[in-house]
This record gives sequence, structure tokens and C-alpha cells, in this order.
Amino acid sequence: MNAIPIRSSCNIRFTLNGRPVELDVRPEALLLDVLRDRLQLKGARRSCDMQVCGACTVLVDGGPVSACTYLGLEVDGHEVLTVEGLGTEERLHPLQEAFIEHGAVQCGFCTAGMLLTAKALLAEEPSPTLGRVAEYLRGNLCRCTGYRKILDAILSCATPGGEQR
Amino acid sequence: MLRPFALYRPSTVAEASEVLAREGRETSLYAGGTEVLLILKEGLLRVTSLVDVKRLPGLGEIRSENGHVLIGATATHRALESATVVQARCPMVAGVARHVANIRVRNVGTVGGNLAFADPHSDLATLFLAFDCVVRLEARGRRRELPLAEFVRGPYETAREEDELLTFVRLTPWPAGTTGAYVKFGLYERPTLSVAVALMSGGEGGAITGARVAVGCVGPRPQRAPEVEQRLRGWSPSDVVRHADEVARLAARDIEPVSDLHGSAEYKKDMTRVFVKRTLLVAAARVAGRRQDEHERYPHTIIV
Repeated sequence: MNAIPIRSSCNIRFTLNGRPVELDVRPEALLLDVLRDRLQLKGARRSCDMQVCGACTVLVDGGPVSACTYLGLEVDGHEVLTVEGLGTEERLHPLQEAFIEHGAVQCGFCTAGMLLTAKALLAEEPSPTLGRVAEYLRGNLCRCTGYRKILDAILSCATPGGEQR
Repeated sequence: MLRPFALYRPSTVAEASEVLAREGRETSLYAGGTEVLLILKEGLLRVTSLVDVKRLPGLGEIRSENGHVLIGATATHRALESATVVQARCPMVAGVARHVANIRVRNVGTVGGNLAFADPHSDLATLFLAFDCVVRLEARGRRRELPLAEFVRGPYETAREEDELLTFVRLTPWPAGTTGAYVKFGLYERPTLSVAVALMSGGEGGAITGARVAVGCVGPRPQRAPEVEQRLRGWSPSDVVRHADEVARLAARDIEPVSDLHGSAEYKKDMTRVFVKRTLLVAAARVAGRRQDEHERYPHTIIV
């Protein structure tokens, strides 16, 4: 019988933005708090706190999750990508370049989530239609841009062959 | 922020059931967490532990069984969307799974969690009624099956006993020659109203031999509209178009909506009429071989 629960801290190991991380987390620690408060990665934002807005989006094994409603210990043994791991200051990710080029950023609060969701989409479907991009991004809210420039930026990266990296 | 809790990770259904029996109302089932973590954060549920069912063997499977489609409780919406057996036997289910909530919820949220949470604004609960869905409940040394309509009792209330787990759901695929349409309307994350229609048109000259009409999200639980289904039988697609308004009124009459943040009961009753009619028109057009692009015409509406 294996009915002994995890009560206090639990040691987890995972890959964060390409680097191995080992950490003790409590069962109730949310991934967003682990990233922001323990690991000082502030790219994922807490906004609606009920997985409606997408500001806290991070990728776990390439799939988008709401870090605000996801237990930190679930990433044990998995790969996590936050916006900090998307590109470097010297060499931005093509999606980041495209967002700048298309003026797809205003206040910037939603941008990390938009970029990561777009990355997940392009990894799945390198050449989505405008309709498909809008459908996939439906759960990422932006109160500034009116979306058009964000969609244009993502579509500009959607060439056959997909993402470069 | 979440209050502290212990996390059980049982490896068998019997073990999980034992924890549920012992902890009672002090614990809750946990899979994707898309519902339970939200209500824990809001303080609407207080527990001292969660029982993680994601490690229970076989519960993530989706497969064919004796002509039915069997879906494991911990299969995610994304798994449902991409499962070849679902795409082949119940393509409408794969299509609707693609439009549940948002990509993050679909990525981790599970079919069993969606049904067992029994939120009245569930896409799957409405749609599955049109597939004569049966749910399987298991506890230590016990197993029973019951129709989804009996499982969902009301808002956030199901027939699941405290020590039971929802392990599988079984769908009966529509027969060949069936045309379906699923239409949902809403400005929020969860639909305000949803309608699923299936027209089985194996009869002479495309006559309808059987129909399924399910309406969800407006009342405490999704409902079939048996009287409407009866009326549709024997009709041609053009009969459906001609009488759509009349049968939509019938569907609205039999629905008992409740007022909530999505709107008043009165509003929902009238919208039921409007959307049953629209869904019937979309389905009838498809039977007649036409595919209308209704998305442009109906705002805040998703048509599958």
C-alpha cells in the first residue's frame, strides 16, 4: 500500500530554459510562484489568476500551461520554457523580432504569454492560417493592441518549414 | 495562493478509493487541476489533501470497445482531439474538443475531471448526451455504470459516491449517414449556451430516421429534448428548415434555465429557441450537402 502522501517539501528536478534545476517545493506551491519568487523569473505574469488571460503562460514539454493554476511539483522530470529562455538579448527569437517589427507590443504585460503560445502553435503547425492562429491564441488576452498586429507578427514567422529554432 | 495540503499519488484505483473513503470530505480528486485548483484558490473548497489520479494505469487511454468509443477519465481534451479512434468514429467530439476553453486548459484538463466537476457550462456534458454517454464508476471491489444524464445531477453535483472514481466514459458513435452540428454561444471562457444536434438520415429521399438534440449550459444540467427528437423523425432536410422555428420553440419550452452571470432565465430561454433553430439549420444544410459559413453571421458563436 502506497498511501503515504507528500505532506511537506518534495524534491523536484527539471529542465528550465535548457538548464537543470533541483528544488524543494511544497505540494501547494503554484508553478507561477516557484518561477517568480523562488527562481526570480518574472516573465510569466499573474493577472487574472484563473487561467483565462494567458499572461502566466509557460511551456511544459512544449505545451502551454497556465502557471497560475498548475502545481510546481508537476514539472518534476519535465522541460519548462519561460520567455527568459526564448531568446537572448544579443540574439532574439524570430517571434520576438517579428513582434518588434510589427509593433505587436504596447504595455507588454501579455507579450510573454503571446510569444510562448505562438511558439507552441508553430511547433505543431508551421504554416497555420490566420483563422487558426486566432483560434489557438483565443485564450491569450491583450487589452492594448486589438490583436491584429500580434496575429500579423505570428503569421510572418509562419513560413513552410516553420521556426528556425 | 493555496492553503497547504497533502498530495496522495495512488497507483491503483483500489488504493485511490481507499484514500477517498478514509478522508471523505477532507479530500478531493485531482487530475489536470484546471477546476479544482481554481476553487481551492477561491476558497470555495477546503480540503487537507488531494488525490492525484494521473498515475492510475490505463486511465489515460482512448480506444474502441465493442463498437463503442471508450475514453479514460484522465485523457486530456487535447488527447481527445487528436485520438485517431475519436476522429474516425466520433469526429464531432474531436472537433468540439478543439474548442474547449483555451489551449492551456485543453493541454492539461481531463475528460473525467470536466464531467465529474459537473460545471453546468460544460461543452462535453452537452455533447456527450447526444452520444448516449455512459460513465463507469469504480471503487474498491465495486464497479457500476450509469447514463451521463443520471450521473450529472445538478450544478457541481454528481451521483458519484464519496469513495468512487470516474474511470471511463463510453460513447456510442452515430450510425453512418448521420450529420451533426454543435453550436455554442458566449462571451466568456465557458459557453453561455450550447446545442448539439444529430440527424440520422438513412431514410428514403434523405428522410430523417432518428435525431438527437441536446441543450446545455442554460440550466442546472444539460438536457436532451425528446419531444423535438420525436418530431424530427420522418422529416426531410427541407421540412427541418420549414419547421425549424416551431420545433425550436418546443425545445425552449421544455428547458428550465436558471439565472446566473451569463444572463437571466428569461433571456436564456429565448436564446435557447434562437440557437436550437440555428443549429437545426446548420445541420439541415449539411444534410443537403451545403456548408454554410455561419461564423460571420452569428457573433460570439463557434460552430463545429
